[in-house]
Amino acid sequence: MNTLIIAAVLLIMLGVAYQSGWSRGRGLATVGGTRVHSRPQYHGSFVAVWTMIPALLILALWAYFGPGLTRSYTVAQIPQDILLSLDQAGLNSEIARIQSMASGFGATGEIADWEAAAGAALRSFQFLTFAGVLVLAILAGGSALVYARSRITARLRARTAVEQFISWMLLACSAVAILTTLGIVASLVTEAFKFFTFISPIDFFLGTVWAPNNAANGGNYGSYGLLPLLTGTLMITAIAMLVAVPVGLMAAIYLSQYAHPRLRAVAKPLIEILAGIPTIVFGFFALVTVGPFLRDLGNFIGLDINATSALTAGIVMGIMIIPFVSSLSDDILNQVPSSLRDGAYGLGATQSETIRNVLLPAALPGIVGAFLLAVSRAVGETMIVVLAAGNAPILRFNPLEPVGTITVSIVNQLTGDTDFTGPQSLVGFALGLTLFVMTLGLNIFALYIVRRFREQYE
Amino acid sequence: MDLMSGKVKMTQQTVTTSMNPSEGLDRPIRLTARDVTVHYGAKQALFGISIDIPDRAVTAFIGPSGCGKSTFLRCINRMNDTIEGARVGGTIRLDGQDIYAPDLDVVELRARVGMVFQKPNPFPKSIYDNVAYGPRIHGLARNKADLDEIVISSLRKAGLFEEVKDRLNEPGTGLSGGQQQRLCIARAIAVGPEVILMDEPCSALDPIATAIIEELIDELRENYTIVIVTHSMQQAARVSQRTAFFHLGNLIEQGKTEDIFTNPVNKQTQDYIMGRIG
Repeated sequence: MNTLIIAAVLLIMLGVAYQSGWSRGRGLATVGGTRVHSRPQYHGSFVAVWTMIPALLILALWAYFGPGLTRSYTVAQIPQDILLSLDQAGLNSEIARIQSMASGFGATGEIADWEAAAGAALRSFQFLTFAGVLVLAILAGGSALVYARSRITARLRARTAVEQFISWMLLACSAVAILTTLGIVASLVTEAFKFFTFISPIDFFLGTVWAPNNAANGGNYGSYGLLPLLTGTLMITAIAMLVAVPVGLMAAIYLSQYAHPRLRAVAKPLIEILAGIPTIVFGFFALVTVGPFLRDLGNFIGLDINATSALTAGIVMGIMIIPFVSSLSDDILNQVPSSLRDGAYGLGATQSETIRNVLLPAALPGIVGAFLLAVSRAVGETMIVVLAAGNAPILRFNPLEPVGTITVSIVNQLTGDTDFTGPQSLVGFALGLTLFVMTLGLNIFALYIVRRFREQYE
Repeated sequence: MDLMSGKVKMTQQTVTTSMNPSEGLDRPIRLTARDVTVHYGAKQALFGISIDIPDRAVTAFIGPSGCGKSTFLRCINRMNDTIEGARVGGTIRLDGQDIYAPDLDVVELRARVGMVFQKPNPFPKSIYDNVAYGPRIHGLARNKADLDEIVISSLRKAGLFEEVKDRLNEPGTGLSGGQQQRLCIARAIAVGPEVILMDEPCSALDPIATAIIEELIDELRENYTIVIVTHSMQQAARVSQRTAFFHLGNLIEQGKTEDIFTNPVNKQTQDYIMGRIG
């Protein structure tokens, strides 16, 4: 309700401000002979921006400090003797009761007189503060409106100012994304450094044993060797690529070159639905279907395949990545100019010769880029490996055995009780940083290759 | 216009419009088209084209944009097959053989009827591999020496060899526009075609490159049957011995080039040549 009122008031102010700036700007144009710098729309937007900024600032301050003030006021309504008898949880539930009564929902159980009084007092307090803040916002906005309107002259560069403001807003939005990235990287780096004060980077990057001692018994932290996790990750990624790249690429070739447009219109969205399935569902599928199937198949042909293994996780992850590979490759194949296709057909090349000798070589850099992007997805994938890889961080190279990966170890180290003081949980940041550097490197390399390919034809 | 004076006799024969397509030809006929129609989906692009195309001469198709001249050209080596929803009716015969017959192998047809496109489209391969591509897929060379010979002679015939002989292994896309187009001509020649179709081969080139290609076309005429689509009437007049004028999907008039340009029978042809339509 309050939010609605605020939104309505803001909208009305916005409209009034725009209208007043607009009409003023329009009035300027009638003054004979003067050249007006900006169009009336810009004068309107200029006044609107000036009006909104102070009003929004006041509302933002209230949104930040309001709840605290309300809480202290509520606490002040509780009689001294009752207040003293309450512990923290009791106090919180009492505040909740009073607030619930103030908002008109009432409270369960018996309502004491002082509670009813406190509810009524809080209700009027809330109403008064709300009205006060709103009036304050209107006043601030209004005076800004009057000021901005008084600044409008024929030479006022309202258009420049408004466009400057818009570019700031756009900058602010991109800054959110960029600063978030920087913040994440910074926290990864600093926490990883803390980790390296416990465990030397050499032991971490070159260690062959992953056995963190999770019991916080001081002194003995266990060993944190990255290599078993890295081999597990790379093994699963390699298997996933072996599944995803041929299947995805062939599907893309079929869809972009052979399929009838009507089939393509149906098949392409269907493949892309595969990309929309949550990875946990894929993990589930790996655990209950693919794993047991592979184990039984292994029994049948006399191989000892574990139900949860690098093979299981890799195959399912490959299936998950198929739409990613096929969709990117499809776009890339379609970007190859049709003049090249015509050229090959014109020489009497068959369709498959054209695809093999002309389209694929021309699209190769782009396909390599797609491949690298898919690898970076596979490296960072978590849910499938948590469920299906078996979580056995042991340095070995047999894909039929359970393995551990970087992502799974992060999950294991950071779930449950963590205090971020010992290497047991800080190792998560070191692992995260390793993963981040790997995927970042792959992404940069992939984008570089894709861009080079694009430059060739545009 | 010394290109025309030697081989083509100036006669005052009247050219009739599509009544008898082979009238006025002084060379054996290579290609015959009768009542060719093309539909793209529901839209009809060509309405009953009948024309005879003589051996070892240049036939030019002229007409305003969208008149169907390129569409008809693409029928001759069945490039319309690659366009979704295109249907071709009527008959086209190459040396008497129906090229739309069900048992005809389109790959063989395209090896006999080469094509050069509007925009130079070398493959992103080396100059050598561009020219060698056709001979390789058709198995025309038994060994490397054979292939070298085909590539070099094709580049020579296309008048490009002297310019590129030291950089045969550099990418074909690095050449200038005119050189790229000659590379595409060399690529087409390398397959050993009998007919070469050219779809506005100079429209993306500057005047000097255009002049070189036109000279080349005149040389190629000795050995190949050439059909060229052009929107430049001057070009048609310079390079061709026979001209056909297309308008709105119809073949309006055809005949010896000098007759079409000096003495057109049809009013629409006159208008186009005088620059009143198109």
